[in-house]
Amino acid sequence: MSDVTRAEVCAIACAEAFRGDGEILASPMALVPSLGARLARETFEPDLLLSDGEATFVAGPWPLGGKPPATTEAWIPYRSIFDLVWNGARHVMMGASQIDRHGNQNISCIGPFQQPKNQLLGVRGAPGNTVSHPTSYWVPNHSTRVFVEKVDMVSGVGTDRGVEVPLRRVITNLGVFDLAGPDGTMRLLSVHPGVSVEEVQAATGFDLHVDDVVESRLPTDEELRLIRDVLDPKNLRDKEVPPE
Amino acid sequence: MTGKLMTEEQVVAELRSGMTLGIGGWGSRRKPMSMVRAILRSDLRDLTVVSYGGPDVGLLCAAGKVKKLVYGFVSLDSIPLEPHFQNARKAGGLEVQEWDEGMVQWGLYAASLRLPFLPTRAGLGSDVVTYDPSLRTVSDPYGGGDLLAVPALHLDAALVHLNIADARGNAAFLGPDLYFDDLFCQAAEKAYLSCERIVDDLGELTRRRIARWMVAGVVEAPGGAHFTSCVPDYDRDEPFQKEYATAAKDPALWAAFEERFLKAPDYAAAVKAWHEERKAQAS
Repeated sequence: MSDVTRAEVCAIACAEAFRGDGEILASPMALVPSLGARLARETFEPDLLLSDGEATFVAGPWPLGGKPPATTEAWIPYRSIFDLVWNGARHVMMGASQIDRHGNQNISCIGPFQQPKNQLLGVRGAPGNTVSHPTSYWVPNHSTRVFVEKVDMVSGVGTDRGVEVPLRRVITNLGVFDLAGPDGTMRLLSVHPGVSVEEVQAATGFDLHVDDVVESRLPTDEELRLIRDVLDPKNLRDKEVPPE
Repeated sequence: MTGKLMTEEQVVAELRSGMTLGIGGWGSRRKPMSMVRAILRSDLRDLTVVSYGGPDVGLLCAAGKVKKLVYGFVSLDSIPLEPHFQNARKAGGLEVQEWDEGMVQWGLYAASLRLPFLPTRAGLGSDVVTYDPSLRTVSDPYGGGDLLAVPALHLDAALVHLNIADARGNAAFLGPDLYFDDLFCQAAEKAYLSCERIVDDLGELTRRRIARWMVAGVVEAPGGAHFTSCVPDYDRDEPFQKEYATAAKDPALWAAFEERFLKAPDYAAAVKAWHEERKAQAS
């Protein structure tokens, strides 16, 4: 399957992050993670809960950019989501404007907090998410601007902050990582087809832990069919991760 | 019917400079925009604003009304970053408490229950506690570890916008989410509620989440959440929001936006005229 795109490999990597999660809410925050979560539910993780992006859990598959399925499961206004977050029954896949070797994430601001060079969203739910339930990160543009030695404002909590954080995966357009390196540091698990370990290290502003690196898994024929025909027929995934 | 009916101007006349003001809604959804615009026209200043922030925060910052901001995020939803809020932060001088969004709920809930604080794990280990040195931890008296003690967010006044209300201050939300409007009302000394329509029958019981004991004043404000969404009455006015965000990035454009819309004697008419012009240009 030489025609498998980088975006499709990334979608599989995102889906794999939810493997074993069971009956919890999968909260993907961008296109490729959404594709991954819906794919996981359609294949190996059928009990996952997914929201329509507003206040309803919905059953069944639906395409990126399309109307959520009419089959609704439960009402989940923000208050219920907050309860669910602190209960722990959720796996969020957030973005990161900056992330460091211990998995500290920043979505708050760039530069000094008192007078930032740029103000971003604010910490949102990142502090509570990271100490409450499984958290993964998705970075569609792996670069030394994002993968930095030290983040400017710790929003999502990393492994070196004295609290327990169930951090799972960091998935980028280049590869897949976890935080199981020495002292909870970032470890390269796999590189996407066509990407070298050197390339990943060069795009990272700190030393990655590298031992047994494999190539990221390719989609099966059935997964490709689901991605292309059912879950993303408009091919929005290529907008987030352009074909190389 | 005796009641609490007021105008936006009468609400603003009840407010004072230096007050702590909570604003309901979420991001660019169901914000009490007509009351916010009335504040812009007033001489109120030095406000502390607590909000799940959207253009309410942006407008108040741009008008120099805000001394301190308590928030988890400020966003226009379909446009992720709020330009006026960004400008205010980059300029420096704005006092901020940037908390986890669950901490904001907890602070409002503590105030509404007259508790000094409520404990949580959210915030521990993050730079929220670094940059807000007023925060303290408590140890679990039953033998667990330390928790963050989120202090009560006492509000002098709250402003919320609901779909329907009666003249006594009972109100119902008809959209998908109440957000935290009931907590804003309960955490406030006085809550002022605007609504799309005053009705006699508020309909489905489970949607009536605001009761009159929480509410000091009611404003009938059709279109009062514009340009934020107020479903099912109306969606967000996306073209207008885009116009707002574009103008916010350029002082000259912003001056023109203020003149045309915020200082207009009839805001709804000014918005309608803008839409008609736009349509005429497109055809």
